[in-house]
Amino acid sequence: MGITPNPYKTTGFLGWIDDRFPLTKLWKDHLAEYYAPKNFNFWYFFGSLALLVLVNQLLTGIWLVMHYKPDATQAWDSVEYIMRDVPWGDTLRYLHSTGASAFFIVVYLHMYRGILYGSHRKPRELIWLFGCLIFLCLMAEAFCGYVLPWGNMSYWGAKVIINLFGTIPFVGPDLVVWIQGDYVPSDATLNRLFSLHVIALPFVLVGLVVAHIIALHEVGSNNPDGIEIKKHKDPKTGIPLDGIPFHPYYTVKDIVGVSVFLIIFLGIVFLAPDGGGYFLEQPNFTPANPLSTPPHITPAWYFGSFYAMLRATPSFAGTQIWGVIVMFGAVILLFLMPWLDRSPVKSIRYKGPIFKIALAIFTVSFVLLNYYGMQPPSPMGKLISQVGTILYYLFFLLMPFYTKMEKTKPVPERVTHEAH
Amino acid sequence: MSNQGVDPGRRRFLTLTTTVVGGAGIVAAAVPFLASWKPSERAKALGAPVEVDISNIEPGQRLVVAWRGKPTWVLKRTPEMLASLPKVDPNLLDPECKQDQQPDYIKGEARAIKPEILVLVGVCTHLGCSPGFRPDHPAPDIDPNWQGGFYCPCHGSKFDLSGRVYKGVPAPLNLVVPPYHFDGDTKVVIGEDPKGAA
Amino acid sequence: MKRIKSSIQILLAAATLLVAGQAFASEGVDLPYRFKPDPDNQASVQRGARNFMNYCSACHSMRNLRYNRLGQDLGIPDDMLKADLMFTSDKISDHIISAMPGDEADAWFGKAPPDLTVESRYRGPDWIYNYLLTFYVDPKRPLGTNNIVLPNASMPDVLWELQGLQVLKESAAEGEDKEAEHGEPQFELATKGKLSPEEYKQFVADTTNFMVYAGEPGRAHRLAVGKKVLLFLLVFTVLAYLMKREWWKDVH
Repeated sequence: MGITPNPYKTTGFLGWIDDRFPLTKLWKDHLAEYYAPKNFNFWYFFGSLALLVLVNQLLTGIWLVMHYKPDATQAWDSVEYIMRDVPWGDTLRYLHSTGASAFFIVVYLHMYRGILYGSHRKPRELIWLFGCLIFLCLMAEAFCGYVLPWGNMSYWGAKVIINLFGTIPFVGPDLVVWIQGDYVPSDATLNRLFSLHVIALPFVLVGLVVAHIIALHEVGSNNPDGIEIKKHKDPKTGIPLDGIPFHPYYTVKDIVGVSVFLIIFLGIVFLAPDGGGYFLEQPNFTPANPLSTPPHITPAWYFGSFYAMLRATPSFAGTQIWGVIVMFGAVILLFLMPWLDRSPVKSIRYKGPIFKIALAIFTVSFVLLNYYGMQPPSPMGKLISQVGTILYYLFFLLMPFYTKMEKTKPVPERVTHEAH
Repeated sequence: MSNQGVDPGRRRFLTLTTTVVGGAGIVAAAVPFLASWKPSERAKALGAPVEVDISNIEPGQRLVVAWRGKPTWVLKRTPEMLASLPKVDPNLLDPECKQDQQPDYIKGEARAIKPEILVLVGVCTHLGCSPGFRPDHPAPDIDPNWQGGFYCPCHGSKFDLSGRVYKGVPAPLNLVVPPYHFDGDTKVVIGEDPKGAA
Repeated sequence: MKRIKSSIQILLAAATLLVAGQAFASEGVDLPYRFKPDPDNQASVQRGARNFMNYCSACHSMRNLRYNRLGQDLGIPDDMLKADLMFTSDKISDHIISAMPGDEADAWFGKAPPDLTVESRYRGPDWIYNYLLTFYVDPKRPLGTNNIVLPNASMPDVLWELQGLQVLKESAAEGEDKEAEHGEPQFELATKGKLSPEEYKQFVADTTNFMVYAGEPGRAHRLAVGKKVLLFLLVFTVLAYLMKREWWKDVH
């Protein structure tokens, strides 16, 4: 059987490969001839940074598993073994623990960018949905990973989060025992969370990331003006007039972004890996003790907002499930964004003041929720959390109305870009 | 797109420099990952020097201890055993022990600090099996000129009573003599050079 | 650009709120003495190691710290390590394990003395410093002493011979004297110890510095590497930025 020569007419070794595998095609489709809008700003660094942090987590994670013991009697000591006895083990562990926080910082900013410039709008709904799934998966991944050092916060954090399932009517208590594989979080629990953390969830996560990027490269990137660059193509070449090849222009730009990010990230990793107690928490520096709850139990900082919503919701009709529903609902609302936003324009640049005010209120609510979610319970914190939860929900639930009724500014035909 | 203001030389230089410096950074970033495979402090602690009491070994008897997890032999050789060493010289690959299979302070065919006490790492230099102790001789099933020694069950490599390898067997080198020293008359410390040597 | 700025302003405002709230919410047990740990002071850490081995290691272990690691990091030769610091073990690669059997400890103190390897990261150095300074005579307790930062501590005041015995001043014992916060605390020395108050404070500071070291022996290495990494990245960022600017001359 003969070979149909590849359309790129590559020869030699590359030609041999291209006749059998779309190497040049992949390179061109996703880098050299992927045309991205030329007006990306600061906010567009966080996609590639998220990918960088993912790679960091995968690599350091694989290496940590080489030394860690998923066993309730050995896990704690094996972490200290990594920190002390393994050459460079402390660096690997701090890269991973700080990387978890960096992942959430980068992903939160990446999502916020989407809201700012309407990246969730048609035709990018699937990109957004894949992204939301990634976020959900990341939350599960972070929770499982947090349990592994088997410190006292790991233990009680696991207990509290797993007990959320106990609020489900009828099956709840049995479900909790089933998830734990025991009557309390124990060796069985640690072992299954370990398996999920290092095998199942990373598989799902990487798969979703691939889907996210494939979908993106199918429809093309949005931009700060929220307009489609594919509308204006060069009649001869078919290349968008406002598009530039991702490689080399955005690769060289992203390298700068990566480098600045690394200064901050590695600065924390090497100079302050505890992150002031937010990235590695003090109460987790004592081994799991099933008989003694830490006096002040808080979630990792990146779950603060959702935890605040959980605590702010009162029990009603004899069950606590409402808090759990409110908490998960807050994530589910994100999935609905593409259909809640009815504005005729995508980008905040051309939206009216109502959206800007709504977004500002949402932002402040989210940050305040996050803050109070990490504080010990207090009447003031509860009140602010309740107001914050309502405002968070209203931002989404009222979105179909305020985005539709608002008068927007005219959108330009071509992207706004000042050459530097 | 146009090329006004572009200086191709400067562009090439900057791209090359950034690539080289970035590449150096990536190589440096690989260090923690590669270095973490080295023996940890725990492995080193377990591989620490081993003290062996030799006061109770009978002449002709071999003791097996674990040093760094490897079978390590202490053999108390009889005068007859020592006398037999030169007899097998023509059958050996490296009778004068020129290959670097023993510390510098150990010389000669006895391959020992005190000739009657032989210390060897009992790991075949072929593929790592542990040879068996065969002091009996003659043993025509092993070799027509067998004067006693070590015989590897895996691939039939033969070593004499100093751990020197025979010709025509798969193993290419003599058995390894580990660093060791005597602590008084009754103790051997395996894994540590004598004071002053090294 | 203006919009981005306004959105960044929103973020900044929110961050300011967060920081302000943080300062507002620093509560918990008041620590009467201030302490700034200095694990880089090798002499202090060495003295602290000796203090720990002499006064703490009979009951408290550091089960993740090896003697020889200690020797390497603090510049103590092996024979000195064996002679001066190793009381419960004779192999220099051993972990620091207390001489006390766990079950009996439960019976003696109601609670086994905790392992102290990462105590400095769990409680914080200032907590340890204050804990060791604030034992006082309290006849209501079974062992006759109590502690300010860990009320009803089950640990006896093992350092009383050095510090002496102190009693709470009346005013402080009754009303909670909030004014005296961070001032010199409310103690009176009832029985003099072997050390003067200043010497004892130094003793506690040394011990705390040692425990900070023990909490993370890799700290010095981490900081040294970190500085080189950041220096490299600064250079690389400049290069990368110049490269980016050069290529982006194509984009108009």
